[in-house]
Amino acid sequence: MSKPRLVLIGNGMAGVRTVEELLKIKPDHYDITIFGAEPHPNYNRILLSPVLAGEMGVKDIILNELDWYAENKITLHTGKQIKTIDRVNRKVVAEDGTEEYYDRLLIATGSTPFMLPIPGNDLPGVIGYRDIKDTDEMIDAAARHKHAVVIGGGLLGLEAANGLKLRGMDVTVVHIGPWLLERQLDEVAGKMLQKSLEDKGLKFLLETQTEALIQGESGRVAAIRFKGGMQIPADLVVMAAGIRPNYTLAEKSGIYCNRGIVVNDTMQTYDPKVYAVGECVSHRGIAYGLVAPLFEQAKVAANHLAGYGIGRYTGSVTSTKLKVTGIDLFSAGDYMGGKDTEEIVLNDPHGGVYKKLVIKDNKLVGGVMYGDTADGPWYFQLLKDQRDIHDIRDSLIFGQNLVGDVGHAGNSKAAEMADSAEVCGCNGVTKGTIVQAIKAKGLFTLDEVKKHTKAASSCGSCAGLVEQILASTIGGAYTPAAVDSKPVCGCTDHSHKKVREAIFGQHLTSKEAVFKALEWKTPNGCDKCRPAVNYYLISSWPHEAKDDPQSRFINERAHANIQKDGTYSVVPRMWGGLTTPAELRAIADAAEKYKVPTVKVTGGQRIDLLGVKKEDLPAMWADLNAAGMVSGHAYGKSIRTVKTCVGAEHCRFGTQLAMSMGVKLEKMLFDMYAPHKVKLAVSGCPRNCAEAGIKDVGVIGVDSGYELYIGGNGGIKTEVAQFLCKVKSDEEVMEYSGAFLQLYREEGWYLERTCHYMDRVGLDTIKSKILEDEEGRKAYYARLLDSLKDAKDPWATSREEQPIKQFIPIKLEA
Amino acid sequence: MSNWKLICKLDDIPQLGSRVVQRQSGGDIAIFRNAEDEVFALHDKCPHKAGPLSQGIVHGRKVTCPLHGWNIGLEDGHAVAPDVGSCGKFEVKVEAGDVYLLA
Repeated sequence: MSKPRLVLIGNGMAGVRTVEELLKIKPDHYDITIFGAEPHPNYNRILLSPVLAGEMGVKDIILNELDWYAENKITLHTGKQIKTIDRVNRKVVAEDGTEEYYDRLLIATGSTPFMLPIPGNDLPGVIGYRDIKDTDEMIDAAARHKHAVVIGGGLLGLEAANGLKLRGMDVTVVHIGPWLLERQLDEVAGKMLQKSLEDKGLKFLLETQTEALIQGESGRVAAIRFKGGMQIPADLVVMAAGIRPNYTLAEKSGIYCNRGIVVNDTMQTYDPKVYAVGECVSHRGIAYGLVAPLFEQAKVAANHLAGYGIGRYTGSVTSTKLKVTGIDLFSAGDYMGGKDTEEIVLNDPHGGVYKKLVIKDNKLVGGVMYGDTADGPWYFQLLKDQRDIHDIRDSLIFGQNLVGDVGHAGNSKAAEMADSAEVCGCNGVTKGTIVQAIKAKGLFTLDEVKKHTKAASSCGSCAGLVEQILASTIGGAYTPAAVDSKPVCGCTDHSHKKVREAIFGQHLTSKEAVFKALEWKTPNGCDKCRPAVNYYLISSWPHEAKDDPQSRFINERAHANIQKDGTYSVVPRMWGGLTTPAELRAIADAAEKYKVPTVKVTGGQRIDLLGVKKEDLPAMWADLNAAGMVSGHAYGKSIRTVKTCVGAEHCRFGTQLAMSMGVKLEKMLFDMYAPHKVKLAVSGCPRNCAEAGIKDVGVIGVDSGYELYIGGNGGIKTEVAQFLCKVKSDEEVMEYSGAFLQLYREEGWYLERTCHYMDRVGLDTIKSKILEDEEGRKAYYARLLDSLKDAKDPWATSREEQPIKQFIPIKLEA
Repeated sequence: MSNWKLICKLDDIPQLGSRVVQRQSGGDIAIFRNAEDEVFALHDKCPHKAGPLSQGIVHGRKVTCPLHGWNIGLEDGHAVAPDVGSCGKFEVKVEAGDVYLLA
């Protein structure tokens, strides 16, 4: 049987993206034919401005070379405009007579520039700004003529004006509005932008209406006249006064249109065999002109074309960035504000920095930034996540660094960084490499950049910075997904939140059940989702869900830490950092017996035996077990260590028995599996020698009891723990910190440290659950104790209960 | 000269897991078993930084190296794009529940 036929009208970004998404999830499902009116393969329209400005060439912006179409067996007709859609016979007809039958039709005809209905709008030298042809015409005009006029002071108009100026023309921008970019900026930012552009040599005529274009002797446009009679010379007129969705073709074929092709949330038109995406579409009454929403639409359309029928497009919040080198502006959401909103404004006209954040009901609803846009993506993320900001409100305007959520503090100004500057310290990736990859390979998401450059793919601390580089390179095309809805990995469209809810809500107790219930796209997941799902199963259904060793990273399977040469490190537990001469002797004996090359004291007050062969692990554990020691879990997403100072036991300043408190906590939490590693510390007095301020839970003894701090981190990004509360007794320390850790275990996403979790939900949420709700706190604490009630030493169980085959190599005789 | 050698029972390799075969020369070989009970053998050395692939997570027909997360195709030993590189592959077969390696 032959495959169903899919025909795409429009070889642009939205349409081809849909095909790409479709090929990703269901390759070989359709025979695909694409019609493009332009003579080029699919290219990145957003980057036409850099081409005009001479910063890139046409070659650089091609997204899919002709080879791509051939490799995917797509029939491509370039330079062929479709004349009619015959819905009765399910075929399309091109102007040159080419016909193609379809089973599914995808319309992505984009938009056309709006040409002002004024005399002379069809003269030679009067153009819109939409495609490569227009760009070429502008480049050509710049070489031969002097005076350019751009009508329209929006994003596109300003980018055109800037490009023409860089190509040596004398450029005037005519704008009907009271300030530039009034759809993106408020008046203050608009005026600042105008000033910067004037400094670059552009001229502006605001609140000016064009009346006519006047023909010169050569037949080409020669001048422009405004209402009121003023006239200036113009050898080139670029109309950038807005775009109009291109839906005439669809409308002629009888498909319902209303200022765009009307589609539902699955991107289907009124004809169920016909889908539409992109700028030609009217979705819930909105036609989007930025690329980010179009990509979201593409994803949904592809899913439905593939016949999976999951996913709805529910509209987008958009942000914009102007791609004019040397000018930084960013705007998102409701940037004007109104009577039920509040505003936080930072205005430094002399320094050229202006920021305005619009807040409603303690949530960010919009903002404008000019001059310093480094935090734009972060604000946009807060906005999309609907994050309650009242706990960070006092420093919000100063950006993410001050609130404290980026690695490499002070290094967040992506746009100003030199190309040679190292962005990813783990993998040695420079800004230049990242920008190059984004442009050359047409990358649009953080995940794509991670895959192609390896930046942010190890420790992840530079992810924010990479996102900023992405945003500053592709501008409005970049849009971060709301944290809540980011898919776990490529195997699923579901987010961590959704997966957790499904496991708990539907009482799923095995990974197979999860993959089935949530329609996983891969048969058994991948290295990203399987460990996450395994954790969610066990933390949701302790004693019921069975641990799957093959879903654990090797360290948790081998109960030791893999090293770069494939050997392992062994760390015996020393409760609260305490040990004995007998234990030390046993450790020394084991080190000698198994020829351990390196013995080291760790940051968490333990002894690390490095360079152990995997096959020696079970015997070494047996020796250590015999001396009364158990696994230190120095390898797991689990309780690691409780570090202590000597406390009132010995210290002349000590107010509380820190060592004994530490041992109690560590015994309580032994073998606790968590979204990520968990470290605690107990100090006996506020001198805090155990460094409790950078631990997931820090306990500081004071004369009247203990102070509890949570969410600290001394690693990738140093994060000071936040004060949670003060308690009186050891039992309370255990109850409050246990309850907090259980909350984190139940709500944290896999690989999210407590500081990230806290950053996501806010300290107030945690306080309301742990401090204000006594019953709730006791329930969290009880659930923690219950899930740990039969905790066993993994070294002993691994030796005694599980097959230990994995440790034994098979010898091959010659 | 290489010939088929009996390595172990299929059930000696966990599903979605692996075993290491030590050779006297030429380096270790990793033998993988996936969820469909297909068996594959690769040089136990990631083309990236020589990480032991046998210690990775197996999914579909791929294994993820434990050191830096490269994905390697089990059928051909090629790194999954955009990473580039490949490691040696070996012939294996399963007959009557026994795993044989051509080495």
